[in-house]
Amino acid sequence: MTLSVRIIPCLDVTDGRVVKGVNFTNLIDAGDPVEMASLYNKEGADELTFLDISASSSGHEMTLDVIRKCAEEVFIPLTVGGGIRSVSDVDQLLRAGADKVSINTAAITRPELIAEIADRFGSQVLVLSVDARRANTDSGFEVTTHGGREGTRMDALTWVGRACSLGVGEILLNSMDADGTRAGYDIGMIKAVRAVTSVPLIASGGAGSLDDFAAALNAGADALLAASVFHFGIHRIGDVKRYLGSAGYCVREATTA
Amino acid sequence: MIAILDYGSGNLRSAQKAFATSGHEVVITADRKVALEAEGLVVPGVGSFQSCMKGLVSIDGDSIIRQRLGLERPTLGICIGMQILFENGVEPTRADASPSHGVGVWSGSVSKMLAPILPHMGWNTVEVNERSTLFRGIADQSFYFVHSYAATRSVGKLQAWSEYGQRFLAAVEDGPITATQFHPEKSGSAGLRLIKNWTDSL
Repeated sequence: MTLSVRIIPCLDVTDGRVVKGVNFTNLIDAGDPVEMASLYNKEGADELTFLDISASSSGHEMTLDVIRKCAEEVFIPLTVGGGIRSVSDVDQLLRAGADKVSINTAAITRPELIAEIADRFGSQVLVLSVDARRANTDSGFEVTTHGGREGTRMDALTWVGRACSLGVGEILLNSMDADGTRAGYDIGMIKAVRAVTSVPLIASGGAGSLDDFAAALNAGADALLAASVFHFGIHRIGDVKRYLGSAGYCVREATTA
Repeated sequence: MIAILDYGSGNLRSAQKAFATSGHEVVITADRKVALEAEGLVVPGVGSFQSCMKGLVSIDGDSIIRQRLGLERPTLGICIGMQILFENGVEPTRADASPSHGVGVWSGSVSKMLAPILPHMGWNTVEVNERSTLFRGIADQSFYFVHSYAATRSVGKLQAWSEYGQRFLAAVEDGPITATQFHPEKSGSAGLRLIKNWTDSL
């Protein structure tokens, strides 16, 4: 009995559609979120993450609707992030059918939000999304906000440590330098964050070759998130799992039913 | 009819849909009479042992569970909904925390797991008793776990075990009461089959 590594496709959703860009810009339409979620479930996704990048409140409403529909069709864990600012935002998403929420900017602005959400719903619902880039801070990794567009000068490792003590249940570490490039996960960043936290770590940003997935696990990631390589059919989830399985990692086989 | 006990845990919607795939009518309820009389009662649970017990007691859920067991009516606890069936729990891990009391269907307590990375989050396999009806046809499958606390001593008639840092109880089948530490409603097709196995036994 061994815990499997998790493969998590990420769907960036705006106004009810999945989009994907490079370094958080140049967005291209990539499909219908509910159809894609259902397909990824069949292919063996271990969880699904939706990132709501809608700028408008009507966009957020459409995302809630997407979550409701997904939760009716897809019986694997759903994480939703983007625009969450309060305990009531979390409550609304959980009631729509999300199992976990990821928070980012709002937690940086007001760290107490972490404790408020964890106290109300438990740490296990709370994923801290850290958009980090290489920069001149103590550890060499800086936290950014607004999808990587703004630096905070806050050291990424210090932030992760503080957030964990406030009660996050999981870290989603997204490399802003590697995001969308398909040049590989930022291995140094994964190792550095792994060393300072004892909650599960999801690596994100840069997945390209099958070797990249194995390298991130080897660096200490518990789960691997990717978007463009799946959306654009470069790899199927089953291919990634077969590769990792043959490399000696424990993976869950996709079941068809 | 299957009732899902609503005592303040978040995501009951997907649980309702998952149980409905068995062909049964599924209601989400905090009503004592509905919960008592349902063919099957599901006790979900997220958050901490303490907050769950508080929510459960606020709708008299502990007494509903005990009464159903006295009447031999099937009841299924999921995740924290399994943990609160024990005598004691020790969440949350604050310095001032003292053990909080559970429903006490089973003796013993749940305690923090001995593993370097917690929560135990993700898909894990289970070691199933060959007489199990709950795991019929899916004994070799993986199920989705999210928890930091677990029971490690055997209770009930049939046990399923899993391992993460240590061996722990993944499921118990004990006459009218059934419990899973994992989330069948989040365990894909294997989880839906487990739900069907349970509803078929009602």
